Amino acid sequence: MIEVRFHGRGGQGAVIASNILAEAAFIEGKEVSAFPFFGVERRGAPVTAYTRIADTKIRNKSGIYAPDFVVVMDPSLLNAVNIVEGLKPGGLVLLNTKLEPEKLRANLGLSPDQRLATIPATDIAIKHRLGSKSAPIVNSSVLGAFARVSGVVGLEPLIKAVKKNVPIKIDENAAAAREAYESVVIL
Amino acid sequence: MKMVMTGNYASAYGAKVCRAEVISAYPITPQTSIVEKIATLVSSGEMKAQFVKVESEHSAMAALISASMTGARTYTATSSHGLLLMHELLIWAAGARTPIVMSNVCRANGPPWSVWADHHDAIAQRDTGWMQVFCEGNQEVLDSIIMAYKLGENPNIRLPTMINEDAFILSHTVEPVDVPEMEDVDDFLPPYNPRFKLDVDEPYGFGSLVMPEMYMEFRFKINEAMEAARQGWRDVEKDFEKKFGRNHGGMVEFYQCEDADAVLIMAGSIASTAKDVVDKLRSEGKKVGLARIRIFRPFPVEEIRKLAGMTNILAMCDHSYTFGHWGPMAQEVRGALYDLADKPLLKNYIVGLGGKDMTPEVIEKIYLKTLALKDGLDADIEWIGVKGHGGW
Repeated sequence: MIEVRFHGRGGQGAVIASNILAEAAFIEGKEVSAFPFFGVERRGAPVTAYTRIADTKIRNKSGIYAPDFVVVMDPSLLNAVNIVEGLKPGGLVLLNTKLEPEKLRANLGLSPDQRLATIPATDIAIKHRLGSKSAPIVNSSVLGAFARVSGVVGLEPLIKAVKKNVPIKIDENAAAAREAYESVVIL
Repeated sequence: MKMVMTGNYASAYGAKVCRAEVISAYPITPQTSIVEKIATLVSSGEMKAQFVKVESEHSAMAALISASMTGARTYTATSSHGLLLMHELLIWAAGARTPIVMSNVCRANGPPWSVWADHHDAIAQRDTGWMQVFCEGNQEVLDSIIMAYKLGENPNIRLPTMINEDAFILSHTVEPVDVPEMEDVDDFLPPYNPRFKLDVDEPYGFGSLVMPEMYMEFRFKINEAMEAARQGWRDVEKDFEKKFGRNHGGMVEFYQCEDADAVLIMAGSIASTAKDVVDKLRSEGKKVGLARIRIFRPFPVEEIRKLAGMTNILAMCDHSYTFGHWGPMAQEVRGALYDLADKPLLKNYIVGLGGKDMTPEVIEKIYLKTLALKDGLDADIEWIGVKGHGGW
């Protein structure tokens, strides 16, 4: 079973990202579940969402406390929440940032076997005109990068799931996912 | 078609494939996306139904009682305080013998304010005359709606049904769900056509005053229907399985109970997680089982009595409470076992109120505690995970 935790801010599409990832894995024939942690959501407040992917039926309906992967959609969350909390040994953090991974790694408190990957998803989203410049919608870009660094889902099923779930700018979202898939950096 | 969807969308699609004709609902967290989805399906023409907008849950239920009395198939959804506001009309709906189907997204009641999973809202409607189903997954949510119309509209039953799905754990969690083709549902579920209905061309009186010599007879008939619904649920699920190839375990789903040293009884989504725990403990040689109460009203007395022949230690994990007298499901289980000469031990745990997460680790601890009762009960009732009172 693979468990993924998404950190975002209300309005960035973290919940939809967790659903799209589940749908992409479902397209590949996996069993899936995805759910948000619901506080009482407000635009801009920290949001957490989760995805489980497995080969057999998923019966565990409780929360995810020790994820294999953590996806951070907003770099400002690094100062607001402990994004590496519970991350499994050998786990991976994917961060939306323009900063060099080496500079970040030291600040995150990752153990030597835990990996870090970065993607400038905000720039990619703006380039493809997803959302506004002040509030870009980064989920399709982040998911493209996630497909590459995690190997959990293929790019084509992911793009299928993106196309099915985004309400507008379907081709732009697909293009952003593809660009992020190709440009993600793993340390 | 198999799709990935939330429990709330499974509810909306359940109403759609059953061709519910009149929908009336008022939004409340975490039920809102059921109403939004149905409103979208109706406005796009995918669902041919009349959506009656109202100012409260009380009015939503009143609208559906009237619509159902004209012979329409009706559906609504609510949660928590919305359900509590409906209480008066719930009793009316059962009394009027209107086979309304309602999804209740089980959510804790305030204060303190909470939007998370808890069965107190549904349990507080125990005596309204509604049949009640507790679901552990989204497929079961959808399938139970189809079964509820089939059974509820049966002329020998003619009762409303509440389909309970846990807040967020099902309502906002996406899972693969097989949405049946409408043609297949049509074969299984014929149109609703009651013998007596509100019809200006063939007028009858409904719900008016009866003198004391007749009131009790109406109550007797409701109870007769509820008693008949016990076998009704067993039969409708068998018919459903023949048509759709799925079942959800009958009135009580038994999981690894046959030779168990201890069995936990649960209802709702926590039972799903508990199955993983049972497998883990069994792999370590600990003989534990799980019984999941799927139908709460009518209460599955015979199934619960069967448990007495399977194990010596039973523990009911109530996801709600009755202040002053155990957990409500524990009372029912205890009552069902009372007449048996050879009774298992019965302990009551109160768990997961207001969304306190029931992780596999917590459930495992409950199993280990329960196995340790082989020498006798330590207490009748124990609240699990309460800070300052043995909270883990």
